[in-house]
Amino acid sequence: MEANTIIGTVNKKGQKIVEPEYLFFEAPRQQYFMTGSEVVREAIRRASVDISVAYPITPQSEAAAMVGDLYVEGYVGDYFRGESEFAVMSQCAGASFGGARVFTTTSGPGTLRAYENFPMWAGSRLPILINVMVRGINSPLNIQPDTLELGMILDTGMLIWHAETAQELLDYLLKGYIVAEEPDVHLPIAIVIDGFFVSHTKDMVMIPSADLALPPYNPYRSPVPCMDMEVPPVRMMRDPFVMKSNYISYATHASWQQEIRAAIERSRKHTIRLIGGLIEEENGDAEILIVSSGTAVAQGREAIRLLAEEGIRVGIVKIKTLRPFPHEEIRQATKNAKLIFVPEFNVVGWMAREIKAVIPDNHRVIDGPHVAGGMTLPPEVIVEEIKKVLAGKKEVVRG
Amino acid sequence: MAKYRVLPGPEAFLPPSAACAGVVLPDPGQGHIHGEIVHEDIAMEEAAKQLLTAKVPTIFPGPLVLWNWNEKAAKKATAIKALYDELKSHNAGALLIPMPDYRPKYPKINPEVEINPNHPNLTIWHNKIDACMFVGVHCHQANLSLKIIRGGTNCYTIAMCAQAGHEDAMLSFRDATPDKIWKLVEVVRKAKASGVYASRGGVAVSKA
Repeated sequence: MEANTIIGTVNKKGQKIVEPEYLFFEAPRQQYFMTGSEVVREAIRRASVDISVAYPITPQSEAAAMVGDLYVEGYVGDYFRGESEFAVMSQCAGASFGGARVFTTTSGPGTLRAYENFPMWAGSRLPILINVMVRGINSPLNIQPDTLELGMILDTGMLIWHAETAQELLDYLLKGYIVAEEPDVHLPIAIVIDGFFVSHTKDMVMIPSADLALPPYNPYRSPVPCMDMEVPPVRMMRDPFVMKSNYISYATHASWQQEIRAAIERSRKHTIRLIGGLIEEENGDAEILIVSSGTAVAQGREAIRLLAEEGIRVGIVKIKTLRPFPHEEIRQATKNAKLIFVPEFNVVGWMAREIKAVIPDNHRVIDGPHVAGGMTLPPEVIVEEIKKVLAGKKEVVRG
Repeated sequence: MAKYRVLPGPEAFLPPSAACAGVVLPDPGQGHIHGEIVHEDIAMEEAAKQLLTAKVPTIFPGPLVLWNWNEKAAKKATAIKALYDELKSHNAGALLIPMPDYRPKYPKINPEVEINPNHPNLTIWHNKIDACMFVGVHCHQANLSLKIIRGGTNCYTIAMCAQAGHEDAMLSFRDATPDKIWKLVEVVRKAKASGVYASRGGVAVSKA
């Protein structure tokens, strides 16, 4: 099926299939006041999703249930509950192998129970979109927001975009499909939000008409054979070479893994085109920078406003995509910074590690402030951390 | 650090993916040569030169054009056969070796009958292939092959891709239609007619 032959046609729900760029950038939008979960429903309503598989776990359960409503209304082709998160992700894989556009959601311990499937999705080049609403994962049990799980999925081979707001959540869900399904990319994509902070709070969101929808997925543009038992060539997925013990089998497997990482790199140009760059900067020339992703950025914005009132100029670098990681963009954005603060909602500081790994003179990175276990990160805590460090470095940094 | 160039190997025990070394794919209307973006017409002329001056120029058609699964595949196959005929009439050493599927062939592949993405180097070594063109191979499988070839052989690789192209080839086109393959046939015919490239005893030599 050629994509350009269906533009302008109407799907079975009566939605007009439009060019993605039209839906993203030109179609009139109307303002709504919605929770993040409701925003997920509205994005999927317009995403021409074939199959969604669900399993309840807080805080994503509400969004998953709303997608079920979409199935009843006829906007989603099929929808069912899996037996566990591992089953859900395996069923998503089967659906994607068969050529469906797939959507699912997960959170916290569910993400970890499903974990084995994520590198399998990537290795199989399955462009499944998963909305990860992060929450605490470690004992004692905790359902509150915490980004530790996000740090754990960084190297699965998936694309990972971290939305700060409900508006970004809507746009990333729709744009994520288009980037993930590019034949030179064709990888699973995790659209991440901080659980509760985004999923359960209301925000103003601009949404295009529900009469419009993305073009459906075309599995015949896949870089690997679509599992189609009716159309040849079939039988191409048998006999994994890893079962053989010889040099060339190992070389093929190594090259295969490299190819997954190469596909992540190829996503850069599509991503930059659709979401306007991998980072955003505010006061980028300041000698003190806050660099982070997700709602830590929102708290950072308020902190720089408070610091400005005291005559301390601070800038902010928001990281939108964790995979691909914007290493060159961060190098450039931080080249004049003398102090780089990395506030995070987790106990380990994985974001600070990521930044330290890609910039020169990484002693400039201040690993924190951190909160964890669902604690909020008040802007005053960021302000306090910056002022504390500045008190010891007056000779280095201009206020 | 010097910019990475996608050159004939043997490059390394495990060469990097060109995309991870900073090579980007061409936009529509463009191709790349050794990782440098060029106008598609320039890439066509360079591809013709490589195929006409090689000792054993070889086309590797993959499942997407070997199997008559849609009308476009059949048209592409016809154009590919015409390209092969042009090369064969110029150089008796030219080969057309299919890649019918992607299953590893055990206990060993027959390199005179087919090529396989999991061990393409065996086919290239056996036939002493010094320039080849992939066409109709799923992109992921093509990239595996192209990288293994670059790692272990000195073969010049060309990828005629129906999608976004291949960084791991030394030269690559994108958005290949039957018309685009026919255009390459015409460029090869014109290059042959120019007399710049002459063949002798099955071995092509350049007068340039």
